[in-house]
Formats: sequence, C-alpha cells, structure tokens
Amino acid sequence: MINLPLLPIILPFLFAILLLFFKENIRIQRALSLVGVIISLIASFYLLVTVKSEGVLAVTLGSWPAPFGISMVSDMFSALLVTTTLLITLFVVAYSFTAIGEERERYFYYPAILFMVTGVNGAFTTGDIFNMFVFFEVLLIASYLLIVLGGEKKQLRESIKYILVNVVSSALFVITVAYLYSVVGTLNMADISVKIAEVGQPGIITVIAVLMLIVFGVKGAIFPLYFWLPGSYAAPPIPVLALFGALLTKVGVYAIMRTYTLFFVHNVGVTHEILMVVSVLTVIVGCVGALAYFDLKQIIIYNIVIAVGVILFGAAQMNEAGISGAIFYLVHDMLIKGALFLLIGIIIYVTGTSNLRKMGGLMKTHAPLGWFYLIAAFGLAGIPPLSGFIGKLLIAQGAFQAGNIWGSIIILASSLIVLLSVIRIFIYAFWGEPVELPKTKRKPYKRMMLPTIVLVVLSVFYGVGTEWIIPYVTDATDVLLQPSIYIDAVLKE
Amino acid sequence: MELVMAILIGVLFTAAVYLILSRSLLKIIIGTGLLSHGAHLLILTMGGLGGLAPPVIAEGVTDFADPLPQALILTAIVISFGVTAFMLVMAYRAYAVHKTDDMNQMKGNNEHD
Repeated sequence: MINLPLLPIILPFLFAILLLFFKENIRIQRALSLVGVIISLIASFYLLVTVKSEGVLAVTLGSWPAPFGISMVSDMFSALLVTTTLLITLFVVAYSFTAIGEERERYFYYPAILFMVTGVNGAFTTGDIFNMFVFFEVLLIASYLLIVLGGEKKQLRESIKYILVNVVSSALFVITVAYLYSVVGTLNMADISVKIAEVGQPGIITVIAVLMLIVFGVKGAIFPLYFWLPGSYAAPPIPVLALFGALLTKVGVYAIMRTYTLFFVHNVGVTHEILMVVSVLTVIVGCVGALAYFDLKQIIIYNIVIAVGVILFGAAQMNEAGISGAIFYLVHDMLIKGALFLLIGIIIYVTGTSNLRKMGGLMKTHAPLGWFYLIAAFGLAGIPPLSGFIGKLLIAQGAFQAGNIWGSIIILASSLIVLLSVIRIFIYAFWGEPVELPKTKRKPYKRMMLPTIVLVVLSVFYGVGTEWIIPYVTDATDVLLQPSIYIDAVLKE
Repeated sequence: MELVMAILIGVLFTAAVYLILSRSLLKIIIGTGLLSHGAHLLILTMGGLGGLAPPVIAEGVTDFADPLPQALILTAIVISFGVTAFMLVMAYRAYAVHKTDDMNQMKGNNEHD
C-alpha cells in the first residue's frame, strides 16, 4: 500500500464525482456521501496507524525521483489532521440530512462538501508548495459554492467579500511562490528546506517568510487579517458554518506551522517573534469580539479567532512543549468548534433566532441540549478533565520555558474570557423564564442531536484519554522540531 | 529585461490595488483580473527570462527556456479563469438581488445587535 497517503484525498474526490451524476435523487446523494465519508475515514485511520508504526510516509507521484515529481507526505501531524477532518465531515454530513433543507441538497451540496474535504486533505498532505496552492484553490472554490448556495440576500453580499479577499490572497500566494522559486529554484518542500539551509536564510528569505505569514494569515484569520471572517462566516447555514469554522482556518494554521518549522528556522529571532506578537494580538481582538456581541453565531465565530491565536502562539515557541501543545490544541479545537456550531445550530433551530436577548428558559424544555452545551462550553474553555486543558497547559508551559511570561499570561487570561463568552450564551438561553417558542411546523431536531452528541462525547474522550493520544502527538512534534526526519523521508533515494 | 518586466508588473499591481479599492463591483473584478495578470507575469519573470528556444525537445537545441514556470502559469491561469467566471456571475446575481453595485451600500453593518 505505497499509495496509502493518497487515499483520504482520492476517495472523497471519487465520491464527489459520482454524486454529480445523481443531482435530483436526494436519497442517493445522502447515502453515497455518507458511505464515501465513512470509507475515507476508515482509510485515514489505517493511515494513522501505519504512520505510527512506520514513520513518515512519502510518495512521489509517477515514480519520478523526489525533488522532480510532486511528493505527497504523510507525517503524524498531517495524518492526525486528515483523520480529524474526515471525522468532523462525517458528523456534519449526518447533521445536514435534517438541517440543510432539500432545496440546497438538490444543488450539489454534498459534492461541494466532498470536494472541499478533498482540498483540505490535499493541503494537509502535500509536500510541494505549488501543489499546496492548487489544493488551497480546490478547497476555496468548493467553499465559494457552499457559502453562496441558497442565494439569500445576505449570503450574496457576504460571499462577494469572502471571494474577493481570497482571490487577493491567492494572488499573493502565487507571488510568494514565484519569489521563493527564484531564490531556491525548487518547489518540493523538503528540497526547499535543504536549499534554504544551504544559503543560511539571507534577508530575502525572511521577507518571503513574512509574505507567507500574510498569505496564510489571511486564510487562517490572524490579527490584522481577520477582518473578513466574522461577516462571511455568519452568512451560510449552520452545517456549512460548522465545516468552515472547524476546517478552513485550520488549513491556514497548518500551513503556517509547516512552513515555519520546515523552511524558516534559521532566523527565529525575527520571524517567530513576529508570529508571536501577531498571535497574542489575535487572541486579544478575538476576546473583544467574543464579548461584544449578543449574537450566538458571532460569539462562537470570534472564538475561532481566539483559538487561531492560541495555537500559533504555541507554535511560535519552537520548543517541545509549545509545539506539542499547539498540535493538541489544534485537534481539540477542530472537534470542539464543530460540536459547538452544531449545538448552537440546534438552539437557533429551536428558538428561531440567533439573538440572545430573545431567548431564555430552554433548560426547562430542552434539558439534554443544555447539558451537552455546558459540557462543550467547559471543554472549549479548558476545564481540566475535558479536551481543551492539556493543549493550553502545554502551550503555557512552553511559553514560560521560552521566557515569554507576558504572552502566556495573556493566553491564560483569555481562557477566562472564552469561558465568560460561552457561559453567557448558557445563562441567557437556558436560564430564566421560558419565552414562547415560534410555533411553526418543523421536523423534530432529534436527528440533528445524535451526531452532535457523538461529537461532544468524542471531544470528552479526547480530553480524558490524553494518555493514549500523547504518543501520536509526540511523533508529530518530533517531525516538526527535527526537519531532517521529514527531509530524509522525502529525499531518501 | 527582467528590470523592465519588474517595472511593468509593479504598474499592473498598482493599477490592480487602485481598482480593488474602488466602490464599483465591476471595477473591483477588473482589478482582480489585472492582479492575476501581474502575478502570472511575475512567475515568468522570476523563473528567469533566459533560454533561446521554447521548451520543446528538438534536434540540436540545448538552450531551453525554463519549462517549470510556464506549467505553473498555465495552472494559475485556468484557476483564476474559473474563479473570475464565478465572481462575475455572482456579481450579476448580487446586482439583481441588491439592486446596486456600490460596495458602500452592501456593507450590512447595521444588522447586528
């Protein structure tokens, strides 16, 4: 199975193409997309186990020798992210059966999801910088479709901004790749790393590092480049929002972590210092936004921004605790953001509004929803037995080891604000006197509840079962901290 | 030659930035067109403008142009073509629904609490 790293990319792609032929038949759409995601998920688990036992897997397509063909590289970091991506997609697809509505299902909703997952998994797995650009475009074009599908007034308005921002950042990506190519003369990421080490990172490489931070920062929504995110993410329906919130920004975060641990490691004093300052500022603006709104969606959307800042702060430390904390927190955040968006989707579905002031007393009528929301909220804030704890603990530990006291104090204080922002939702929506719920004829939300509950339970297991996950994260950290493992695996011939 | 190209690309980027910052949606899309032209020319230039023959294998030719940037440009062109087509259709839909192409009137800032 030498092509194993390709399976989580090719399988969703294959099923997406198959789905195009059954546009009108919603039953087949649902069944095929579910089967497709499950098969891909099984393949990705197999990949995870194989990477654990055999180390970094690298395939160079078409049997060309390594720097000349396109390499696909599955190290533990990318295998973990690919698995988490497919896991979240599975629950979102199951949730969509009830939540998205037949009108949208009839217009290539499921193929778009699968194409987007193809792009996300490809971006996580590729070992070639231009190929990464192409996979970015694959996932972005699918996300353009998902964000505008339905054609509501608000969706049209916000998707224009979303597309415009992404077109500009894609052009910047192309420009950055052009500069990098003219300096090092190669596109293979392992080879680029070798060539940069040979020339010892002159000034131009540092400039390219900052350009990459800008490019991926637009995708990953870091401070000053996060401005497009709150508006755009509020426009599409909840399952799409859950996918975007859990996956899309994380691809930008992954790309920053990959390039800043593989390429730009020779002038850490400049590049990683910038990354750290920017990530702390990201956390601060995210906190301001999370407290400012009385809108369910906006509160959680700003929590995405906070989490991006926390992860990058961990990654900027460049020591073992910081990096492994960032990886822990990245996977945790994908799971918990997926779960939270699905939960507030149910709250909005039940109350018919996303305005906190117009709801109350749901605990008396919808107690299970309230308890699961509370668990997810505590998980997000990082209360010890739950999933957010260990990641943030390691990040803070790494930052204290590296001597960045103020940064880590801000990161720890941000947890309180995160907790306050999500508990405010709990207090306003679930406590107090019940308000009258809209009496429209709607399907019961039980079938939306099931995938949501499983996702919350999984995130709890992720927190409780940290002991089992540590070996995987340790492997991922080793590859990130020692680029030579990655390089040797790719350029072995 | 590279210097002339660099200046030209700089002019293209300037024009693109100016157009993207304007109010009218169509001007913005023209700006993104210029931006991708600039980016594609930049790949070509940064790959080096040396090489006498086109990168096709032929008898007795040894000095080829670098084929890699040309392949990259070809990929980038079709991608930006697809995105531009999508964007134009969406601008058309947005114009039909919102009855305006003025970005200032599409802000939507007054919807939050």
